[in-house]
Amino acid sequence: MTEETRVLLANIDEPGLNTIDVYERLGGYRAMRKALLDMDAQAVLHELEESGLRGRGGAGFSMGKKASFIPKGAMDKYLCCNADESEPGTFKDRLLMQKNPHLLIEGCIIGSVAAAANKGFIFIRGEYELQAGILETALAEAYDKGYLGERILDSDHTFDLVLHRGKGAYICGEETGLLDALEGKRGNPRLKPPFPANQGLYQGPTLINNVETLCNAPIIIERGAEWYKQYGEGTSTGTKVVSVSGNVQRPGNYEIALGMPVREIIFGLAGGPPEGRDIKCFFPGGSSAPVLTQEHLDLPYTFEAMAEAGSMLGSGAIIVVDDSEPLVPLALRLAEFYRHESCGKCVPCREGTNWTVKMLERIDEGEGTPMDLDILEQVQGNIMGNCLCVLGDSMAMPVSSMLEHFRPEFERHMEEARARRDLQDHEPLGAPELASVAEAGQV
Amino acid sequence: MADGRNPSVTGTPATSGAAEEVRDEGAVRATALPPGWDEAVDLDADPATVPDPSEVDVPDSLRSEIDRLMRLYPDRHSATLPALGAAQRVHGWCSPEALRQVAAVMQVTPAYLSSVATFYDMLRTEPLGSRYVYVCTSVACHLRNARRVYQALAEEAESQGLEDVDLREFECLGACDMAPMASFDGRFVGPLSTEDAAEVVGQLKGGREVLPGRGLGDDGFRLPETAPPTEGEPAHPKHEPAGGDWPDAPEQAPPPAEGPPPHRRAIPEPFGPGTSHAGAELDPLTRETRAEDEEDEE
Repeated sequence: MTEETRVLLANIDEPGLNTIDVYERLGGYRAMRKALLDMDAQAVLHELEESGLRGRGGAGFSMGKKASFIPKGAMDKYLCCNADESEPGTFKDRLLMQKNPHLLIEGCIIGSVAAAANKGFIFIRGEYELQAGILETALAEAYDKGYLGERILDSDHTFDLVLHRGKGAYICGEETGLLDALEGKRGNPRLKPPFPANQGLYQGPTLINNVETLCNAPIIIERGAEWYKQYGEGTSTGTKVVSVSGNVQRPGNYEIALGMPVREIIFGLAGGPPEGRDIKCFFPGGSSAPVLTQEHLDLPYTFEAMAEAGSMLGSGAIIVVDDSEPLVPLALRLAEFYRHESCGKCVPCREGTNWTVKMLERIDEGEGTPMDLDILEQVQGNIMGNCLCVLGDSMAMPVSSMLEHFRPEFERHMEEARARRDLQDHEPLGAPELASVAEAGQV
Repeated sequence: MADGRNPSVTGTPATSGAAEEVRDEGAVRATALPPGWDEAVDLDADPATVPDPSEVDVPDSLRSEIDRLMRLYPDRHSATLPALGAAQRVHGWCSPEALRQVAAVMQVTPAYLSSVATFYDMLRTEPLGSRYVYVCTSVACHLRNARRVYQALAEEAESQGLEDVDLREFECLGACDMAPMASFDGRFVGPLSTEDAAEVVGQLKGGREVLPGRGLGDDGFRLPETAPPTEGEPAHPKHEPAGGDWPDAPEQAPPPAEGPPPHRRAIPEPFGPGTSHAGAELDPLTRETRAEDEEDEE
């Protein structure tokens, strides 16, 4: 029986945890007191850096290091919590905000101490109405108790925290896109450098962290970096809330110590694929991660191991695809998502996602030729690394990995679709003018 | 994708006729493009300036809400998104009048607001309905037949004559444990099946709560112990065992003895600088270096 290691989710089933009374009864806001009254910013920063905590939003960059890049000195600095959880397959932040909003608020306060920020924003995606309401209530409670606002607990630290609702755009999960959206613009990513730590929100130094990352901060401050490091492997320290979804029997959020073999997560915790089915492939870190196959099931779930296998841990969302699932429609759905969400600023991403959709549609409709697969692969290569942000890469990586691992299936799918098209006399095309062209033998 | 596949439910937006005429000649399916792709600017219209507050009639509640929002931020422009959301709640969509009212209170141009409103999926720039139903059909839900659930809902909505509801497919809503699921004005309900469609649409039409007890956040909400099996047969027959082996053909032809294999190359490090391949000396198809093309120089 595989067991979870619950640190962030330790009290998650406690009724009323979203109220400040229950949260404090269970030891909440102790870490904030420690950070404000017994430690200085340098010590907080040191503890976070020492813990080896890596960002839980996707990039996996060291949180302490990121905070240490914030310049010192008197200027307006900001803290942003990235709660725009839009990566397909990811739903860990939803759980944390809904059940334990004060943990996030406490994490934001500790983050603000480390970054010496006086103003903070939680950018929550607009679709999370329930969670936004819960967070708003929790923020009001924290203000009432004096944990937010002027001179918290009579220390020198002032920190205001505002909940900002997004309005439905995947790209706002990208940190500079988020900043533009927060400034009231279209959420187009910015050129980096300058990085947000130097010039972020309103051109001020800004620390941006994911919800789960900030939720780890109170635990690290309260129990110490050494305690935290007992979990995990190598540079992947601590625990991680993994969202398992797709073709599994028990989809859900499971908190594990990093390093647990993927097989145990998928089979032991999530129950494996439905009866009688087998795993064809899985996305180890949200839909942007290149797919891995059965041979990778015994790898430890760490940032390093996933990267070595040619994929990434990303946001920690495992989407399982079983062997009954045809890959071409899946790749098409994936590409359609990124086409829709591309902000349109960089040509390789805007055009690349569009043409990938068109080619996959062609293959799925029986209009594909073997050359299409080569072109498809080439287009993915031309997107990667050529844009301001990684949205285009996020489509190119999984699509090209599917092609790499399952090219015969793509070829087979294409042949079958072509055969079907000929039998059905071009009916599925649905466009009369194209059908007439086909009748004239020009297709 | 919000390509208006269900016009009977979503009403008849002003541009729907135009959208149907748009044919994307490159695509075999000729599907309508996502909104915002082909909306041309009216070059003959007069430029709209920042409206004079005294000339625009703004409901008091909306004005005070936007004023409150602007005070939350060091820069009032940051209130744009929540202000547009507030105006949409009042007007049902981001109509030109709604934009004008927000512009008058925020003292910005309507064009600025329109540029923002067209970017975000939850802001309606067409009168599609004052309530929304977003059916998630993204990857994780796709694996659990979400498309069929959406189609069932759309068909049912048409046959029951559901009105004033913006029913559309939506990108991942962050509830893949409830897949397939939908958001009814922010209330997440799932897992759904095609059999729920009639009940759901009936409740929507009557203005009642949809599937009480099955919404995230409802008292005693729990996911079914084991998720329901995926419905029906897969859309395509099973192709091959997991792992990608195909008995008749090796996974890929062995590379030629000399030189790099055609059409295959290492995936460049995506985050590394200098990964552009726009060099003129590269053959665009094979990615091999080629000799100068003498014909071009003539």
